[in-house]
Amino acid sequence: MRFVAAALAVLVMIGVADARTWRIRPGPNAEQELQTALIEARPGDTIRLARGRFEITTGLSLNVDRVTIQGEGEDRSILSFDNQRRGAEGLLVTSDRVLLRDFAVENARGDAIKVRDCDGIEFRGVRAEWTRGPNSNNGAYGLYPVNCTSVLIRDSIARGASDAGIYVGQSRNIIVRDNLAEYNVAGIEIENSYNADVFGNTATNNTGGILVFDLPGLPQQGGHSVRVFDNVITGNNTPNFAPAGNIVASVPSGTGVLIMANRDVHVFENEIGDNGTVNVLISAYRAEFQDPNYNPLPRNIMVRDNRFGRTGFAPAGDLAALSQIGLPMMPDVIWDGATLYSSSGTPRSENVRIVVRDNRSERAPNGVFLSLGLTVAGSPFTEAAPSMDFPPLLDLPEPERVEIDD
Amino acid sequence: MIRTLIAACAALLCAASGTAQAPAPVNDAAIMAARPPALLSAYRLFRDAGARDPNAQVTPYDLNTALYSDGALKFRYVYIPAGSQAQYSHEGVFEFPVGTVLVKTFAFAEDMRRPTENVRFLETRLLIRRASGWVALPYVWNAEQTEARLSVIGADVAVNFTNEEGQAMALDWAVPNVNQCSGCHARNGEVTPIGPSARNLNRDFAYASGEANQIGHWNRLGLLSSLPASASPRVPNAYDASAPLAQRARAYLDVNCAHCHNPEGPAHTSGLDLSWSQSDPALWGVLKRPVAAGRGSAGFEFSIEPGHPERSILVHRMQSTDPGVMMPELGRTLVDARGVALIQEWIAGMDAEGRSQ
Repeated sequence: MRFVAAALAVLVMIGVADARTWRIRPGPNAEQELQTALIEARPGDTIRLARGRFEITTGLSLNVDRVTIQGEGEDRSILSFDNQRRGAEGLLVTSDRVLLRDFAVENARGDAIKVRDCDGIEFRGVRAEWTRGPNSNNGAYGLYPVNCTSVLIRDSIARGASDAGIYVGQSRNIIVRDNLAEYNVAGIEIENSYNADVFGNTATNNTGGILVFDLPGLPQQGGHSVRVFDNVITGNNTPNFAPAGNIVASVPSGTGVLIMANRDVHVFENEIGDNGTVNVLISAYRAEFQDPNYNPLPRNIMVRDNRFGRTGFAPAGDLAALSQIGLPMMPDVIWDGATLYSSSGTPRSENVRIVVRDNRSERAPNGVFLSLGLTVAGSPFTEAAPSMDFPPLLDLPEPERVEIDD
Repeated sequence: MIRTLIAACAALLCAASGTAQAPAPVNDAAIMAARPPALLSAYRLFRDAGARDPNAQVTPYDLNTALYSDGALKFRYVYIPAGSQAQYSHEGVFEFPVGTVLVKTFAFAEDMRRPTENVRFLETRLLIRRASGWVALPYVWNAEQTEARLSVIGADVAVNFTNEEGQAMALDWAVPNVNQCSGCHARNGEVTPIGPSARNLNRDFAYASGEANQIGHWNRLGLLSSLPASASPRVPNAYDASAPLAQRARAYLDVNCAHCHNPEGPAHTSGLDLSWSQSDPALWGVLKRPVAAGRGSAGFEFSIEPGHPERSILVHRMQSTDPGVMMPELGRTLVDARGVALIQEWIAGMDAEGRSQ
């Protein structure tokens, strides 16, 4: 028995000795030391970033599984890309089961932290920021996992992204919780993804607070099963500063939540207010598309038990005309009303179920709903046939809770 | 005592000169070593310290259309161990056997109008086929041009040269680190070669023994298996004005972009497929909207807007040297003016469906 214990102890010691901790301090050699560690690390290693500013000139990259990069805090260990000369992102991760925690990436020339084709990525206490504030020359995405499975983004901060602060694209099994996204075009965006829980976040001072999108022509599409709950989505009135051509450039300033295409999206128990255009917008993808497998309609959408604050006081973009059509009250929830679309020239219809119930608003007991009555996806707004009648109260099964193993 | 020493030295010298006449073969043990040699010379891929003279079984090759790398000269070689063969295929890169080395040296001539004189080697990249897959290893040349040393984290090398137009150029040449190597050389997350496909190798090469088609030459050397009787496919040289414009443009995009922009490549999430074999214009960018381009879009709506190169995102990103905008993301600091002109001409002449008129 004692032998077994001794043998076990030896094994444990080997295990500990095996996992190396790399310690990187700011200084003239820090960039080279850090990239060396990122290349030579073995699975299980930790790369510790000391307190201070690290001046990085070339995009960093990690392609080793089970590595942790850990700083002393998002306000203390800062990777600064003020003088970046090469690389399309600040940090690129392409390996599995990586943990990024307690450091910041500032002023990357392109995206801040991109994580591609991974199984298991966690951001915890990470900050991605463009420090000059909203500017169309800022990089597109702050925290940017794409084509990943098991994505956990928590207690993190994203500021100043010219597209989305926190952007999860073409991924599966996603938790985005307790983050702060502000002064981005889109605060948090879940795009072409399956099974996401987005909760406990604060999205404020963005152009649009939380976006759930599905786009055509991508390897993974048909986004579904997204729950957006218990978030604070207020004051998203920053003028849109996305470079034109990008889909988020069409998001009206003053949008709280925007659901475009997708199915089975439930928005509940959030605080959504002070968004100048609308608190919740449900819209079809409005541009032309050639992808025969794409469905541009949002369907099976539930908006319930939210607390709606002030809205509609400065409608912008495509919805600017809202203030001129003589509505008795500005709506909390707008649905474009699309139930038909054209796919490769063939008309298709869909039993679109949109349910808006049990919300609370200062202005109307149940909140205010508006359908634009644009039956065909992408019809011009001049063809709107607005109606303020709530759609039927149907039961829509809620997507299952997302669980991610440690 | 001294006489014995002299005799011993003489014997050694004899042995050395004997070696010079029948040089030691390529060092397979170095190629297969788990820990790669620090010095390029350890592989014995070349007979001379300057790596100009390939060893036996090391075969030079060229490509019909090559990746633009700031206009650097490139010297390519393949080594396949004795008794092994690469499996030929019409499509894609050949299946090379374990122990294969693909060698690519990047260089500039002092005056690029005289590309054979005063040539300075910057780096030699090896792609080695191990049992577990390919590994990419960059070796950086010393100033004396006598040795190249492995640098897994890459290097910056200052280069001055006169370009083809006679302009004095100063470059900050970036030797990629091993992660950046696999940033381009990746399919489904595995490192993979890009160049040596049938369509890109199918051309003549001026061997010491005379000019010959490369695929035929490789076959005669016994380097290929499963070579069918049917003619091999061929992409044109992108700058061969006698070839159809659309083919030249697609050849350029295939080599310069499709290593990432293909359904198994690092840029698969963009939905853009610039492979030679892709026949759907929508997938190679015609009226395709950007997905994650950010300011790379420059305010334009489509990757390729037929008839309008000046409004096509693809051209815009080729014309940029801003790291947050430029394409390819790595591997150049200059704009490939000839390549841009080719793609502009191609887009300008497209009909609304993206077909060349």
